[in-house]
Order: sequence, then C-alpha cells, then structure tokens
Amino acid sequence: MSTAPATAAAPAGAPPAPATIAVRSWKAPIAFAVFTVISIVLFFLVGRPDLAGGNPTTTYRLTEARDAIQLPPLALGLAETTIVVTILMAAATVGAVLLARAAIRVPVWLTTIFAALFLVGFLTWAAAGATVPMIGLLAGALTVSTPLIFGSLGGVISERVGVVNIAIEGQLLGGAFMAAMVGTLTGSPYAGLLGAMVAGALVSFVLAAFAIKYVVDQVIVGVVLNVLVLGLTSFLYSTVMVPNADTFNSPEKFQRIALPLLSEIPIIGPILFRQTVIVYLMYVAIVLVWFGLFKTRWGLRLRAVGEHPTAADTVGIDVRATRFWNVLLAGAIVGGGGAFFTLAAVGSFGKDMTNGAGFIALAAVIFGRWDPIRATLAALLFGFATNLQSTLSIVGSPVPSEFMLMLPYVVTIVAVAGFVGLSRAPAASGKPYLKA
Amino acid sequence: MSDTTQTTPGAPAPQTSPANPPRSNQMLKEILGGSAAISVLAVVLALVVGGVLVILTDERVAETAGYFFARPADALGAAWQAVSGAYSALFRGSVFNYATDRGFAIAIRPLLETLAFATPLIAAGLGVALAFRVGLFNIGGRGQMLIAASAAGYVGAYVPLPPVLHLVVALVAGVIGGALWGGLVGLLKARTGAHEVIVTIMLNYIAFYLVSFLLRTPGALQAPGQNNPKSGPILDSAVYPTLLGPQYTLDIGFILVIVATIYVWYLLNRSAMGFQFRAVGENPHAAQVAGIDVKAVYVKVMLIAGALVGLAGVQQVLGTFTGGFAAGLDAGIGFDAITVALLGRSKPWGVFFAGILFGALKAGSFTMQSAEGIPVDIVLVVQSFIVLFIAAPPLVRAIFRLPTPDGGFQWRMPVIARKAEVTK
Repeated sequence: MSTAPATAAAPAGAPPAPATIAVRSWKAPIAFAVFTVISIVLFFLVGRPDLAGGNPTTTYRLTEARDAIQLPPLALGLAETTIVVTILMAAATVGAVLLARAAIRVPVWLTTIFAALFLVGFLTWAAAGATVPMIGLLAGALTVSTPLIFGSLGGVISERVGVVNIAIEGQLLGGAFMAAMVGTLTGSPYAGLLGAMVAGALVSFVLAAFAIKYVVDQVIVGVVLNVLVLGLTSFLYSTVMVPNADTFNSPEKFQRIALPLLSEIPIIGPILFRQTVIVYLMYVAIVLVWFGLFKTRWGLRLRAVGEHPTAADTVGIDVRATRFWNVLLAGAIVGGGGAFFTLAAVGSFGKDMTNGAGFIALAAVIFGRWDPIRATLAALLFGFATNLQSTLSIVGSPVPSEFMLMLPYVVTIVAVAGFVGLSRAPAASGKPYLKA
Repeated sequence: MSDTTQTTPGAPAPQTSPANPPRSNQMLKEILGGSAAISVLAVVLALVVGGVLVILTDERVAETAGYFFARPADALGAAWQAVSGAYSALFRGSVFNYATDRGFAIAIRPLLETLAFATPLIAAGLGVALAFRVGLFNIGGRGQMLIAASAAGYVGAYVPLPPVLHLVVALVAGVIGGALWGGLVGLLKARTGAHEVIVTIMLNYIAFYLVSFLLRTPGALQAPGQNNPKSGPILDSAVYPTLLGPQYTLDIGFILVIVATIYVWYLLNRSAMGFQFRAVGENPHAAQVAGIDVKAVYVKVMLIAGALVGLAGVQQVLGTFTGGFAAGLDAGIGFDAITVALLGRSKPWGVFFAGILFGALKAGSFTMQSAEGIPVDIVLVVQSFIVLFIAAPPLVRAIFRLPTPDGGFQWRMPVIARKAEVTK
C-alpha cells in the first residue's frame, strides 16, 4: 500500500500538462460566441412583442410566506437586465478568445459565470411581466433531480469499476416497483426504500452475472435488462397491482421534514433542508461515494480494476469479485433512487413511470466525466432544466415547452461531442476481464 | 483535436493496442457465434419463463395452490389450464384461428396479421443489424422512425400529388429523413468520437420532442382545425395499397421489406462497400491499415441504417396509422428492433425470420389479452429472455446439458444463481 500515495501524488506534483501539449482549444470560445449570438437574437431581435408597451419587469420572489426571515422580492427590468447581461457575455467571449489565442484553457469559473449570466438573462426575458418563485423553482429542481443523482452515482461506481451500466433505467423502475410493493405490504416507507435497494441490486445481479460470468456484451445486457424490467413490472402491475391496489400499490409516502435551524437560513434553507428523507439520504450518498472513491482503499481498488484490471490482478486484487460486488452496490444505490418515484413523488406505481430518467442519469454520468460530484452537478442541471420548463409553462413563456425539454439532451450531445472538454471513460469500462 | 487518440466515452472504446481486436469485434463474435440450435432453445426457454409467469399470476392457480398438498391435481390442472390457454390463444392470434367457423379466409387472417406486424420490425431490425455488423450499436431506432414518419407523413397528408408518384415521394422523403437522422450519429462518431449509444439515446428524445412540437403546431404537422397533437389523415393516393384485398391488413410494405432484406444481403455479401463494412466490424485497426476509410464507413453505414429504420417509420404512417399519427407512432418498434437484430444474429435473413417471430408474438399477445386476460406486456418479458439466452450460449448449453464446442469458454456451473462461482 505504500506505493499508492506515491503514484497518486505524482500527477499532482508534476508540471501542468498544457506546458507540453499546448493545444489551442477553440471549443469554449465558439460555444461562448454561439450563446452570445443566441442571446442577442432572443433578447433584442425576437424580444417580447407579446407584452405591450413600456419596459416589463421580472419579479423574483426570494422567500415564501412561511419563512421566518422575509426578503423583499427582486425586480429586474427587462431592457436593462438583458443589455447588461449581453454586454458581460460578449466581454466573457472576448476574454475566452484571448485565452484561447494564448493557448490557456478557459477556466471553469469563467464558464460558470457565463452560464449564470445567460441564465439570468434568459429567465428575465422568458418570464418578463411575471413573478418567478425562486424557492419553488430551485427546491423543485432539487426534488426532480433526486432520482437522476442516485442513478448517476450508481452509474459512476459501476463504470469506474469497469462495467457499463445502461440498465440504470431498469434499476430505477425496478426500485420504484418494489418500493411501492414492499412499502404497501409492510406499511413502512423505510421498508419500501430497503425493498427498492434490493430490487436495484437484483437487476444489477443479472447484469453482473451476464457481463462478468458469461462475458456477454455489457451494453446488450443493459439494454435487454431495461426491456425486461419494463415488461415484468408492467405485467405484474396489470395482473397483481391493479386488481388489488389497496394491498399492493398504496404505499405511505415520505413526508417533507424541515430540519430545525438549517431550514430557517434564508434562500438556502427552504431549498435544501425542507425535503424528504430520500433527499437527505442523497446528500449523504453523494459525500460517501465521493469520499469512498477517492479517499479510501476501497475506492482505490475499485478505480484500479476499472482502469487497468491486469495491473490490479497482478497486485492481488480479485478483479471479478471487485466488479461483481461493486456493480451490486451500484444497483442498490440506483434502486434506492427509484423509491423516489413511488414513495416521494407520486405515491403509487404506474407503468413505465421512470419515463427515461435512467437514460438522463446515464447522460449525467458521461457529462460529469465519471466523477460523482460533477455527475451530481450535471444531474442537477438536467433537473433544473426540467423544472424550469414546468415553471415557465405556468408563468407563460414564449419558448415552446418541447424545446426546453429537449435542452438537456442537446447539451449532452454537445458535451459528448467534446465541446465541454475532453471526457475520458475509465479505460477498462465495458471490457470483460478474462484471466489469461 | 486529434481524433485518433481521443478516447471515445462509454463502452466499447476501439482504442486498444492493435494486437488485441477491439470490443466491437468480440461483440460481433458473440452475436454471430452461436448455432441455430441455441436460438431455438432460447425461444423455448423464454416461452417456459413466460409460462411460469402466467402460472404465478393466475387466480385459479392461486386459489387451488392453497390446498396444494391435499389435492395437488387441482393446482396442477389449473396451472396446465392457464398455460395451455395462454399459448393456444397466442397460436390462434398469430398463426391460424382454428376456433372460427367462418371459413379459411377468416381463419388464416392471424397469419397475415403476423406478417403485417412483422413488416416494420424487420425493416428496423435490418437497420440495427447492419450497424451491428460494423460494430456500432444503433439504439436510435425510435428517433429515426419518428423523423422518417414525420417527413413521410407531411408529404402524405399535406402535399397532394398524382396517385403513384405521391406514394413514391412520401416514401423517399421518409427514408431520407431517417437516413439523415441516422447519418448524424455516424458523423458525430466519425468526427468527434462521440459514443453512438449515448448520441442515439439523446437523439431519440430530441426527435420525440421535435415531433411533438410539430404535431401541435398548426401549419407544420397538426391537422388543420384540430386541437389534438395529431396529424391529418394520409391522402388516399399515398396510402400503401393492400396486397390481398381490404379484409387483410397486409400491404405493399411487406414486399418493400423483402426487397430491403435482399438489398442488405447483397450489400453485405456481394458488394465492395459491404466488404468494407464487415472489415471494419471485424477489426477497425486492421481495416484502417488495409486502407479502408473507417470514418467514412461509420457515416455510410449509419446513413443506410437510418434509411432502413426510416422505412419502418414510413410503414407506420402510410400503412398502419393512415388516419393520422401521434408522437407515439413508433410503438416501441425502435427498441424491439434491437432484440430482433440480436435474435437474427445480425444476418439479413436471420433478421427477417426473427422479425416474423416477434410479429407473431405481438399479434398473438392481443388475443392472449382479450381471451385469457394476460397483459400484452408479457411479450416484452419473453422477448428480453430470448435475447438474454441467445446472448449467453453457455447458459443455454448448461441448462440443456449440451456439449461445449471447442471454444474458449468452459462452464461447469449450471445455474447463474450460483454467484459463489462468479466471486470465487
């Protein structure tokens, strides 16, 4: 084990790579320029012709009626906000171009500020003349993201250990089904959550058995498992749950719990700390997965198996066992996220109720470059886009809702195509390990 | 910026050292490797699993199982009743309705119904299979179908043309639409190394929302003077003519699909381009060394695959939903096509017969639901088990105690449930 810190420290202490490679990447400046042009078109050429006269304002409500500390709502005028935002965005674009010319990578903070600017401008434009409930928007986004985050955490673990997990969708759906079933039979949502984790692990078990023991292509198994779980849950839903909904499909839901003190922090409190137990578990899971992957022996072994199984085998790590148990763990985490659908959101199971969330989680894994924190952020982004769409459709926005819903997928393609920076999968992900 | 060194995200990254053939190559071997016997046994096993599921959820069985040890014959009889009822309904609904007394013309209708259900499955299956042969995994059937269907549907419903010409133009428009949507995947794969699995999944959703938007936008696809997100009816001049008279749903699309199967067979086995396709599928590095432009092959194969899947989308619009279509027109065919291609081992005629088998399951499932009250979803279960068993020949061999061929695999443990072996 003494070699591990040394090898881990080596890249950190080494001189930064760009010094030797010196690649001028024009991807960020191009992306910046595209978004700046989009802003100019939307804000000034399209504008809001539907709003008659004057300069409409967008009101951001920052507190809810029940909050102890009340903040005044923030009112932004459409004209001045969009002008300021667009000028700043143009400046950022120029900055990015200069950086690219000097062969310096555009720093993450600049991208973040740019994205935030665009968002403020877009929101102000889209919701002009109306009130945006910021707390509801952000808290809702967090809620919508919950299964995506669980899914992407499981995906990260599974892919880091070297097994591609296309079956996230199936694990979520299986978890949702089992959570409703067990939750109703036992009368306890906690038992339902446990059942959901078992269901996710079961799906993972089939994935692991076929991928690791029978060396079947992992993508094929994953795709087939999604179909299988969809078929099984739909079949059992029709034959078992529908005729006896009271005995099998009416679980008690998790209630929102406001954490004392924390939930009274202005803005942050109501968003983060007035959620269900599943969301609080999610916070714990994110931290644990990050810490486990990068700070413990377990994580080091897991990553070694996913990056270079032969080397891991040589130093005495049982590659197939490591893969098997960690894929099971990943399934349990995803399955727990599936409980969100039946125990927190809807309150009963329905056919195909995950509706592609697993595929979005998969996209978050790749968008987040196989890193638990980044994957979480990506999942939050997708959740935010979804919730923004529903919020804007309530306030009445000029953008067709379909295009808002399309956004996460477009962003993912752009990310996968390499505009967000080089994304590198764990080297041995998807490859079965056959001992010579 | 250097495309060759950039790692493709996701599963089968073709960047291993030239000494080892890449993952896509092994995947191909798995798909093509098994024998016909394994396929038949896989279907039998999957039907057994389906039967077990029917027994477990049957009410009569549940009642009689309560006193199983007192009178086991009751429970066994009920189980037999459930399974035989289910599978005879499946037969009546998919091959020959022996129960009817209205003559042969009615009794044979289920078989033609099966062929009608099989038509889009074969077309889409060919598209997926062709991509498989190059080592690409085309999960984008749904998106390619939707785009193709929208293009064909727009021409078919809103662009009046003379009779035969109209049908041809609508068909061509749809096929081109599918080809472009598929070709986009090939282009992204070739230019940026983006993994086709992710790109196709994302393009499915983008196509779905795009078509949903078009379907509720007057002047685009929405029927004039309507509020539903649904297109107008296809004009008579663009509707596929039926083959055997109006009492059967089988239409000219089936002939088109036969032609497509022959074309794919010719393409893969007799043409220079097909040789390149297969070479890239076997080993892209070797193909590159041999002077084949691998990137161009990726784009070409996805164009053709998209066109084939697009044919399935056109079938849905001009053949099935002629009264106007909604965003759910793909009816899961884009995903079923993956299982069809796997069952057909990605060979053109294999896909053809696999498509007919799945068409039969689909046609029969409706009779099963109406006659025996078994939800149609059981077909999904049977289908996925078929593919799982086919993908893991050692498992099927172990269950039936078949001898292992002289391959690299030696499996002693008979059941997958014995995970102790896996973990060692």
